[in-house]
Amino acid sequence: MKRLFAPLVVVLMVMFTAAPLMIAWAPCEATMGLVQKIFYFHVPSAMMMFLSAFVCGVASVAYLFKGRPAADRLACAAGELVVVFGAIVLVTGPLWARKSWGVWWQWDARLTSTLLMWMIFLAYLLVRKYGGPGSEKLGAAMALFGTANVPFVYISVNIWRTVHPTTNVIPLLPPQMKGPLWFSAAAFLLLYLLILAVRVRLEERRAELEHAYLLAEEI
Amino acid sequence: MFLRVAWLVMRKDLTIEVRSREILYTTAFFAVSCVLVFAFALVKEGRPLEDAAAGILWIAIAFAGTLALGRTFERERHAETLRALMLAPTSRPAIYLGKLLGIIALLAVVEAVLVPLVGLLFHAPFGARPFMMLALLATGTLGFSAVGTLFAAMLVRARSRDVLLPVLLYPITIPVIIAGVRGTAALLEPVPDIALAGMWLSILTFFDVVFVTLSLWTFEPLMTE
Repeated sequence: MKRLFAPLVVVLMVMFTAAPLMIAWAPCEATMGLVQKIFYFHVPSAMMMFLSAFVCGVASVAYLFKGRPAADRLACAAGELVVVFGAIVLVTGPLWARKSWGVWWQWDARLTSTLLMWMIFLAYLLVRKYGGPGSEKLGAAMALFGTANVPFVYISVNIWRTVHPTTNVIPLLPPQMKGPLWFSAAAFLLLYLLILAVRVRLEERRAELEHAYLLAEEI
Repeated sequence: MFLRVAWLVMRKDLTIEVRSREILYTTAFFAVSCVLVFAFALVKEGRPLEDAAAGILWIAIAFAGTLALGRTFERERHAETLRALMLAPTSRPAIYLGKLLGIIALLAVVEAVLVPLVGLLFHAPFGARPFMMLALLATGTLGFSAVGTLFAAMLVRARSRDVLLPVLLYPITIPVIIAGVRGTAALLEPVPDIALAGMWLSILTFFDVVFVTLSLWTFEPLMTE
Protein backbone atom coordinates (compact mmCIF):
# COMPACT_ATOMS: atom_id res chain seq x y z
CA MET A 1 0.00 0.00 0.00
CA LYS A 2 2.80 2.39 0.84
CA ARG A 3 4.31 1.94 -2.60
CA LEU A 4 1.08 3.24 -4.11
CA PHE A 5 1.44 6.56 -2.30
CA ALA A 6 3.85 8.34 -4.64
CA PRO A 7 2.06 7.30 -7.85
CA LEU A 8 -1.26 8.34 -6.32
CA VAL A 9 0.15 11.76 -5.51
CA VAL A 10 1.12 12.10 -9.16
CA VAL A 11 -2.39 11.04 -10.22
CA LEU A 12 -3.83 13.60 -7.80
CA MET A 13 -1.68 16.39 -9.22
CA VAL A 14 -2.75 15.47 -12.74
CA MET A 15 -6.40 15.50 -11.67
CA PHE A 16 -6.09 18.88 -10.03
CA THR A 17 -4.41 20.23 -13.14
CA ALA A 18 -7.14 18.83 -15.37
CA ALA A 19 -10.00 19.93 -13.14
CA PRO A 20 -9.81 23.69 -13.81
CA LEU A 21 -9.85 22.97 -17.54
CA MET A 22 -12.93 20.77 -17.20
CA ILE A 23 -14.59 23.38 -15.03
CA ALA A 24 -13.85 26.12 -17.53
CA TRP A 25 -15.28 24.07 -20.39
CA ALA A 26 -18.47 23.29 -18.44
CA PRO A 27 -21.41 25.44 -19.45
CA CYS A 28 -22.14 28.60 -17.48
CA GLU A 29 -25.27 28.50 -15.38
CA ALA A 30 -28.02 30.76 -16.64
CA THR A 31 -28.68 33.08 -13.70
CA MET A 32 -25.40 33.09 -11.78
CA GLY A 33 -22.84 33.00 -14.57
CA LEU A 34 -19.20 32.50 -13.72
CA VAL A 35 -19.69 32.59 -9.94
CA GLN A 36 -21.60 29.31 -10.02
CA LYS A 37 -18.37 27.48 -10.84
CA ILE A 38 -17.30 27.68 -7.22
CA PHE A 39 -19.87 24.84 -6.92
CA TYR A 40 -17.21 22.43 -8.25
CA PHE A 41 -15.09 23.10 -5.15
CA HIS A 42 -17.87 23.76 -2.66
CA VAL A 43 -19.88 20.56 -3.18
CA PRO A 44 -16.97 18.05 -3.21
CA SER A 45 -15.56 19.71 -0.07
CA ALA A 46 -18.94 19.32 1.60
CA MET A 47 -19.05 15.67 0.53
CA MET A 48 -15.61 15.11 2.03
CA MET A 49 -16.60 16.88 5.23
CA PHE A 50 -19.57 14.56 5.73
CA LEU A 51 -17.56 11.49 4.74
CA SER A 52 -14.87 12.40 7.25
CA ALA A 53 -17.45 12.95 9.97
CA PHE A 54 -18.83 9.50 9.26
CA VAL A 55 -15.34 7.93 9.33
CA CYS A 56 -14.56 9.71 12.60
CA GLY A 57 -17.82 8.53 14.12
CA VAL A 58 -17.37 4.90 13.12
CA ALA A 59 -13.72 4.88 14.25
CA SER A 60 -14.76 6.47 17.56
CA VAL A 61 -17.35 3.76 18.15
CA ALA A 62 -14.71 1.12 17.40
CA TYR A 63 -12.34 2.79 19.86
CA LEU A 64 -14.97 3.18 22.60
CA PHE A 65 -16.27 -0.36 22.42
CA LYS A 66 -13.28 -2.35 21.24
CA GLY A 67 -10.43 -0.21 22.56
CA ARG A 68 -8.33 -0.47 19.44
CA PRO A 69 -5.67 2.28 19.39
CA ALA A 70 -5.56 2.19 15.58
CA ALA A 71 -9.21 3.21 15.57
CA ASP A 72 -8.41 6.14 17.85
CA ARG A 73 -5.64 7.30 15.50
CA LEU A 74 -7.99 7.14 12.52
CA ALA A 75 -10.64 9.04 14.46
CA CYS A 76 -8.15 11.77 15.38
CA ALA A 77 -7.05 12.20 11.76
CA ALA A 78 -10.60 12.14 10.40
CA GLY A 79 -11.72 14.66 13.03
CA GLU A 80 -9.07 17.11 11.95
CA LEU A 81 -10.06 16.69 8.32
CA VAL A 82 -13.70 17.46 9.11
CA VAL A 83 -12.54 20.82 10.44
CA VAL A 84 -10.29 21.42 7.41
CA PHE A 85 -12.85 20.55 4.74
CA GLY A 86 -15.55 22.24 6.78
CA ALA A 87 -13.50 25.42 6.76
CA ILE A 88 -13.28 25.18 2.96
CA VAL A 89 -17.06 24.72 2.69
CA LEU A 90 -17.79 27.58 5.10
CA VAL A 91 -15.48 29.96 3.23
CA THR A 92 -16.46 29.05 -0.36
CA GLY A 93 -20.13 29.04 0.59
CA PRO A 94 -20.38 32.66 1.75
CA LEU A 95 -18.15 33.79 -1.11
CA TRP A 96 -20.65 32.25 -3.53
CA ALA A 97 -23.64 33.39 -1.50
CA ARG A 98 -22.55 37.01 -1.50
CA LYS A 99 -22.65 37.07 -5.28
CA SER A 100 -25.66 34.89 -5.91
CA TRP A 101 -27.99 35.65 -2.98
CA GLY A 102 -26.62 39.08 -2.04
CA VAL A 103 -25.86 38.18 1.58
CA TRP A 104 -22.82 36.55 3.19
CA TRP A 105 -24.87 34.31 5.46
CA GLN A 106 -28.41 32.98 5.85
CA TRP A 107 -29.75 31.26 8.91
CA ASP A 108 -31.48 28.56 6.94
CA ALA A 109 -31.43 24.90 7.93
CA ARG A 110 -28.59 23.58 5.77
CA LEU A 111 -26.11 26.37 6.52
CA THR A 112 -26.91 26.36 10.23
CA SER A 113 -26.58 22.61 10.52
CA THR A 114 -23.27 22.55 8.64
CA LEU A 115 -21.87 25.30 10.85
CA LEU A 116 -23.05 23.32 13.85
CA MET A 117 -21.36 20.16 12.71
CA TRP A 118 -18.15 22.06 12.06
CA MET A 119 -18.25 23.46 15.58
CA ILE A 120 -18.92 20.02 17.05
CA PHE A 121 -15.76 18.68 15.48
CA LEU A 122 -13.86 21.80 16.49
CA ALA A 123 -14.97 21.01 20.04
CA TYR A 124 -13.76 17.45 19.39
CA LEU A 125 -10.28 18.79 18.67
CA LEU A 126 -10.43 21.04 21.74
CA VAL A 127 -11.31 18.22 24.07
CA ARG A 128 -8.60 15.99 22.61
CA LYS A 129 -6.05 18.72 23.13
CA TYR A 130 -7.08 20.15 26.52
CA GLY A 131 -8.94 17.29 28.17
CA GLY A 132 -5.90 15.86 29.89
CA PRO A 133 -5.23 12.14 30.21
CA GLY A 134 -8.01 9.93 28.94
CA SER A 135 -9.22 12.61 26.56
CA GLU A 136 -9.28 10.11 23.68
CA LYS A 137 -12.39 8.53 25.16
CA LEU A 138 -14.04 11.90 25.80
CA GLY A 139 -13.32 12.88 22.21
CA ALA A 140 -14.71 9.58 20.98
CA ALA A 141 -18.01 10.25 22.78
CA MET A 142 -18.12 13.74 21.31
CA ALA A 143 -17.47 12.41 17.80
CA LEU A 144 -20.15 9.76 18.21
CA PHE A 145 -22.74 12.32 19.24
CA GLY A 146 -21.57 14.66 16.50
CA THR A 147 -21.93 11.97 13.86
CA ALA A 148 -25.41 11.14 15.17
CA ASN A 149 -26.27 14.72 14.25
CA VAL A 150 -25.24 14.21 10.59
CA PRO A 151 -28.58 12.69 9.51
CA PHE A 152 -30.27 15.73 11.05
CA VAL A 153 -28.06 17.85 8.82
CA TYR A 154 -28.85 15.95 5.64
CA ILE A 155 -32.57 15.55 6.24
CA SER A 156 -33.00 19.14 7.39
CA VAL A 157 -32.93 20.59 3.90
CA ASN A 158 -35.79 18.34 2.85
CA ILE A 159 -37.99 19.01 5.87
CA TRP A 160 -37.66 22.73 6.38
CA ARG A 161 -38.06 25.41 3.75
CA THR A 162 -34.67 26.63 2.72
CA VAL A 163 -32.95 29.11 0.45
CA HIS A 164 -30.07 26.68 -0.14
CA PRO A 165 -30.56 24.44 -3.20
CA THR A 166 -32.06 21.12 -2.15
CA THR A 167 -30.15 17.90 -2.52
CA ASN A 168 -32.36 17.14 -5.52
CA VAL A 169 -30.37 19.54 -7.67
CA ILE A 170 -27.63 17.03 -8.49
CA PRO A 171 -29.72 14.52 -10.47
CA LEU A 172 -31.17 17.40 -12.48
CA LEU A 173 -27.80 18.73 -13.64
CA PRO A 174 -27.13 18.69 -17.38
CA PRO A 175 -24.51 16.08 -18.31
CA GLN A 176 -21.94 18.75 -19.19
CA MET A 177 -22.04 19.89 -15.55
CA LYS A 178 -22.27 16.42 -14.04
CA GLY A 179 -18.96 15.38 -15.60
CA PRO A 180 -16.81 18.10 -14.03
CA LEU A 181 -18.69 17.72 -10.72
CA TRP A 182 -17.99 14.02 -10.38
CA PHE A 183 -14.43 14.52 -11.61
CA SER A 184 -13.92 17.19 -8.93
CA ALA A 185 -15.54 14.90 -6.37
CA ALA A 186 -13.17 12.08 -7.35
CA ALA A 187 -10.19 14.43 -7.13
CA PHE A 188 -11.25 15.63 -3.69
CA LEU A 189 -11.83 12.04 -2.57
CA LEU A 190 -8.33 11.08 -3.62
CA LEU A 191 -6.95 14.19 -1.89
CA TYR A 192 -8.88 13.31 1.26
CA LEU A 193 -7.66 9.70 1.31
CA LEU A 194 -4.04 10.70 0.79
CA ILE A 195 -4.09 13.38 3.50
CA LEU A 196 -5.86 10.95 5.84
CA ALA A 197 -3.20 8.31 5.17
CA VAL A 198 -0.40 10.79 5.91
CA ARG A 199 -2.07 11.98 9.12
CA VAL A 200 -2.74 8.45 10.39
CA ARG A 201 0.86 7.54 9.67
CA LEU A 202 1.98 10.56 11.72
CA GLU A 203 -0.13 9.35 14.65
CA GLU A 204 1.32 5.84 14.29
CA ARG A 205 4.85 7.26 14.40
CA ARG A 206 3.92 9.27 17.52
CA ALA A 207 2.59 6.13 19.20
CA GLU A 208 5.74 4.20 18.26
CA LEU A 209 7.87 7.00 19.70
CA GLU A 210 5.95 6.98 22.98
CA HIS A 211 6.30 3.23 23.17
CA ALA A 212 10.05 3.58 22.59
CA TYR A 213 10.33 6.21 25.34
CA LEU A 214 8.53 3.96 27.79
CA LEU A 215 10.79 1.04 26.90
CA ALA A 216 13.85 3.25 27.31
CA GLU A 217 12.67 4.30 30.77
CA GLU A 218 12.39 0.70 31.82
CA ILE A 219 16.02 0.12 30.91
CA MET B 1 -33.39 -4.23 39.55
CA PHE B 2 -32.30 -1.72 36.94
CA LEU B 3 -35.09 0.68 37.82
CA ARG B 4 -34.59 0.13 41.51
CA VAL B 5 -30.94 1.15 41.25
CA ALA B 6 -31.87 4.22 39.23
CA TRP B 7 -34.49 5.11 41.82
CA LEU B 8 -31.99 4.71 44.67
CA VAL B 9 -29.39 6.91 42.97
CA MET B 10 -32.01 9.54 42.25
CA ARG B 11 -33.32 9.38 45.81
CA LYS B 12 -29.80 9.83 47.16
CA ASP B 13 -29.24 12.92 45.02
CA LEU B 14 -32.59 14.43 45.87
CA THR B 15 -32.18 13.72 49.60
CA ILE B 16 -28.87 15.55 49.65
CA GLU B 17 -30.39 18.36 47.66
CA VAL B 18 -33.48 18.68 49.87
CA ARG B 19 -31.31 18.86 52.97
CA SER B 20 -28.85 21.47 51.71
CA ARG B 21 -30.81 23.08 48.87
CA GLU B 22 -27.48 24.49 47.74
CA ILE B 23 -27.66 23.71 44.04
CA LEU B 24 -31.36 24.50 43.85
CA TYR B 25 -31.12 28.01 45.30
CA THR B 26 -27.94 28.97 43.47
CA THR B 27 -29.15 27.62 40.13
CA ALA B 28 -32.57 29.21 40.45
CA PHE B 29 -31.04 32.54 41.38
CA PHE B 30 -28.61 32.30 38.50
CA ALA B 31 -31.45 31.57 36.07
CA VAL B 32 -33.38 34.61 37.32
CA SER B 33 -30.35 36.89 36.98
CA CYS B 34 -29.82 35.49 33.50
CA VAL B 35 -33.37 36.50 32.56
CA LEU B 36 -32.77 39.97 33.99
CA VAL B 37 -29.55 40.40 32.03
CA PHE B 38 -31.39 39.50 28.83
CA ALA B 39 -34.27 41.77 29.73
CA PHE B 40 -31.87 44.69 29.99
CA ALA B 41 -29.73 43.68 27.01
CA LEU B 42 -32.48 43.01 24.47
CA VAL B 43 -34.31 46.28 24.48
CA LYS B 44 -36.57 47.84 21.90
CA GLU B 45 -37.87 51.41 22.31
CA GLY B 46 -36.79 51.48 25.91
CA ARG B 47 -38.65 48.32 26.89
CA PRO B 48 -37.59 44.66 26.90
CA LEU B 49 -38.24 42.86 23.64
CA GLU B 50 -41.34 40.76 24.26
CA ASP B 51 -40.88 38.57 21.21
CA ALA B 52 -37.70 37.26 22.75
CA ALA B 53 -39.56 35.59 25.62
CA ALA B 54 -39.31 32.08 24.18
CA GLY B 55 -35.62 32.44 23.42
CA ILE B 56 -34.79 33.93 26.78
CA LEU B 57 -36.62 31.16 28.61
CA TRP B 58 -34.70 28.43 26.83
CA ILE B 59 -31.33 30.16 27.12
CA ALA B 60 -31.90 30.56 30.85
CA ILE B 61 -32.76 26.85 31.08
CA ALA B 62 -29.64 25.90 29.12
CA PHE B 63 -27.30 28.07 31.21
CA ALA B 64 -28.88 27.04 34.49
CA GLY B 65 -28.78 23.40 33.40
CA THR B 66 -25.08 23.58 32.61
CA LEU B 67 -24.40 25.07 36.00
CA ALA B 68 -26.52 22.45 37.79
CA LEU B 69 -24.77 19.62 35.92
CA GLY B 70 -21.34 20.96 36.76
CA ARG B 71 -22.20 21.43 40.42
CA THR B 72 -23.83 18.01 40.81
CA PHE B 73 -20.82 16.15 39.51
CA GLU B 74 -18.41 18.44 41.31
CA ARG B 75 -20.12 17.33 44.51
CA GLU B 76 -19.53 13.71 43.54
CA ARG B 77 -15.92 14.37 42.68
CA HIS B 78 -15.28 16.30 45.89
CA ALA B 79 -16.68 13.57 48.09
CA GLU B 80 -15.05 10.90 45.91
CA THR B 81 -18.35 9.07 45.76
CA LEU B 82 -18.13 8.57 42.01
CA ARG B 83 -15.66 5.75 42.51
CA ALA B 84 -18.03 4.18 45.02
CA LEU B 85 -20.83 4.37 42.47
CA MET B 86 -18.64 2.80 39.79
CA LEU B 87 -17.62 0.01 42.18
CA ALA B 88 -21.22 -0.86 42.93
CA PRO B 89 -22.18 -4.26 41.45
CA THR B 90 -24.95 -2.84 39.32
CA SER B 91 -25.33 -2.05 35.68
CA ARG B 92 -23.76 1.31 34.90
CA PRO B 93 -26.61 2.58 32.74
CA ALA B 94 -28.84 2.36 35.81
CA ILE B 95 -26.55 4.79 37.60
CA TYR B 96 -26.69 7.08 34.59
CA LEU B 97 -30.48 6.94 34.61
CA GLY B 98 -30.62 7.75 38.31
CA LYS B 99 -28.35 10.75 37.82
CA LEU B 100 -30.41 11.87 34.83
CA LEU B 101 -33.67 11.71 36.78
CA GLY B 102 -32.11 13.71 39.60
CA ILE B 103 -30.99 16.45 37.21
CA ILE B 104 -34.40 16.55 35.55
CA ALA B 105 -36.10 16.89 38.92
CA LEU B 106 -33.79 19.78 39.78
CA LEU B 107 -34.35 21.51 36.46
CA ALA B 108 -38.11 20.98 36.76
CA VAL B 109 -38.15 23.00 39.98
CA VAL B 110 -36.01 25.73 38.39
CA GLU B 111 -38.34 25.86 35.38
CA ALA B 112 -41.36 26.08 37.68
CA VAL B 113 -39.84 29.33 38.90
CA LEU B 114 -38.60 30.53 35.50
CA VAL B 115 -41.68 30.06 33.32
CA PRO B 116 -44.04 32.21 35.42
CA LEU B 117 -41.30 34.81 35.88
CA VAL B 118 -40.56 35.10 32.16
CA GLY B 119 -44.29 35.11 31.43
CA LEU B 120 -44.71 37.95 33.89
CA LEU B 121 -41.78 40.07 32.79
CA PHE B 122 -42.36 39.69 29.07
CA HIS B 123 -46.15 39.48 29.04
CA ALA B 124 -45.91 36.06 27.40
CA PRO B 125 -49.01 33.85 27.62
CA PHE B 126 -47.30 30.60 28.60
CA GLY B 127 -50.52 29.41 30.17
CA ALA B 128 -52.47 29.62 26.90
CA ARG B 129 -51.75 26.01 25.91
CA PRO B 130 -50.45 24.51 29.17
CA PHE B 131 -50.22 20.85 28.12
CA MET B 132 -48.38 21.57 24.91
CA MET B 133 -46.07 23.94 26.77
CA LEU B 134 -45.43 21.32 29.42
CA ALA B 135 -44.71 18.69 26.77
CA LEU B 136 -42.21 20.98 25.03
CA LEU B 137 -40.49 21.80 28.32
CA ALA B 138 -40.39 18.16 29.37
CA THR B 139 -38.95 16.80 26.10
CA GLY B 140 -36.52 19.69 25.77
CA THR B 141 -35.26 19.34 29.34
CA LEU B 142 -34.94 15.58 28.88
CA GLY B 143 -32.89 15.98 25.71
CA PHE B 144 -30.62 18.60 27.21
CA SER B 145 -30.16 16.69 30.46
CA ALA B 146 -29.54 13.36 28.76
CA VAL B 147 -26.55 14.65 26.82
CA GLY B 148 -25.48 16.89 29.69
CA THR B 149 -25.44 14.13 32.31
CA LEU B 150 -23.31 11.94 30.08
CA PHE B 151 -20.82 14.68 29.28
CA ALA B 152 -20.64 15.96 32.86
CA ALA B 153 -20.02 12.44 34.12
CA MET B 154 -17.30 11.75 31.62
CA LEU B 155 -15.60 15.10 32.22
CA VAL B 156 -15.38 14.63 36.00
CA ARG B 157 -11.79 13.47 35.82
CA ALA B 158 -10.72 15.66 32.91
CA ARG B 159 -8.61 18.78 33.04
CA SER B 160 -10.38 22.06 32.19
CA ARG B 161 -13.65 20.34 33.02
CA ASP B 162 -15.51 23.56 33.85
CA VAL B 163 -15.02 25.13 30.47
CA LEU B 164 -15.15 21.90 28.49
CA LEU B 165 -18.67 21.04 29.61
CA PRO B 166 -20.34 24.01 27.83
CA VAL B 167 -17.89 23.67 24.91
CA LEU B 168 -19.00 20.09 24.34
CA LEU B 169 -22.61 20.40 25.41
CA TYR B 170 -23.92 23.44 23.56
CA PRO B 171 -23.17 22.39 19.97
CA ILE B 172 -24.78 19.00 20.50
CA THR B 173 -27.88 20.40 22.20
CA ILE B 174 -28.48 23.31 19.81
CA PRO B 175 -31.13 21.26 17.96
CA VAL B 176 -32.96 20.95 21.30
CA ILE B 177 -32.77 24.69 21.86
CA ILE B 178 -33.90 25.47 18.31
CA ALA B 179 -36.85 23.10 18.54
CA GLY B 180 -37.75 24.29 22.03
CA VAL B 181 -37.63 27.98 21.16
CA ARG B 182 -39.48 27.63 17.85
CA GLY B 183 -42.11 25.40 19.42
CA THR B 184 -42.60 27.77 22.36
CA ALA B 185 -42.71 30.77 20.02
CA ALA B 186 -45.41 29.03 17.97
CA LEU B 187 -47.46 28.68 21.14
CA LEU B 188 -46.96 32.31 22.13
CA GLU B 189 -48.39 33.68 18.90
CA PRO B 190 -51.66 35.66 19.22
CA VAL B 191 -53.30 32.60 17.64
CA PRO B 192 -51.20 29.63 18.83
CA ASP B 193 -49.98 27.49 15.95
CA ILE B 194 -50.61 24.05 17.46
CA ALA B 195 -49.62 22.11 14.34
CA LEU B 196 -46.23 23.79 14.16
CA ALA B 197 -45.63 23.32 17.86
CA GLY B 198 -46.60 19.68 17.41
CA MET B 199 -44.02 19.27 14.66
CA TRP B 200 -41.28 20.70 16.85
CA LEU B 201 -42.46 18.47 19.67
CA SER B 202 -42.06 15.38 17.51
CA ILE B 203 -38.57 16.50 16.49
CA LEU B 204 -37.71 16.93 20.17
CA THR B 205 -39.10 13.47 20.93
CA PHE B 206 -37.02 11.97 18.13
CA PHE B 207 -33.93 13.71 19.45
CA ASP B 208 -34.67 12.44 22.98
CA VAL B 209 -35.09 8.85 21.87
CA VAL B 210 -31.87 8.88 19.85
CA PHE B 211 -29.72 10.58 22.44
CA VAL B 212 -31.01 8.85 25.56
CA THR B 213 -30.36 5.55 23.80
CA LEU B 214 -26.88 6.66 22.74
CA SER B 215 -26.09 7.88 26.25
CA LEU B 216 -27.22 4.66 27.92
CA TRP B 217 -25.17 2.72 25.42
CA THR B 218 -21.95 4.71 25.80
CA PHE B 219 -22.05 5.38 29.56
CA GLU B 220 -20.35 2.11 30.48
CA PRO B 221 -17.34 2.26 28.11
CA LEU B 222 -16.83 5.94 28.84
CA MET B 223 -16.65 5.60 32.60
CA THR B 224 -14.17 2.73 32.62
CA GLU B 225 -10.54 3.59 32.55
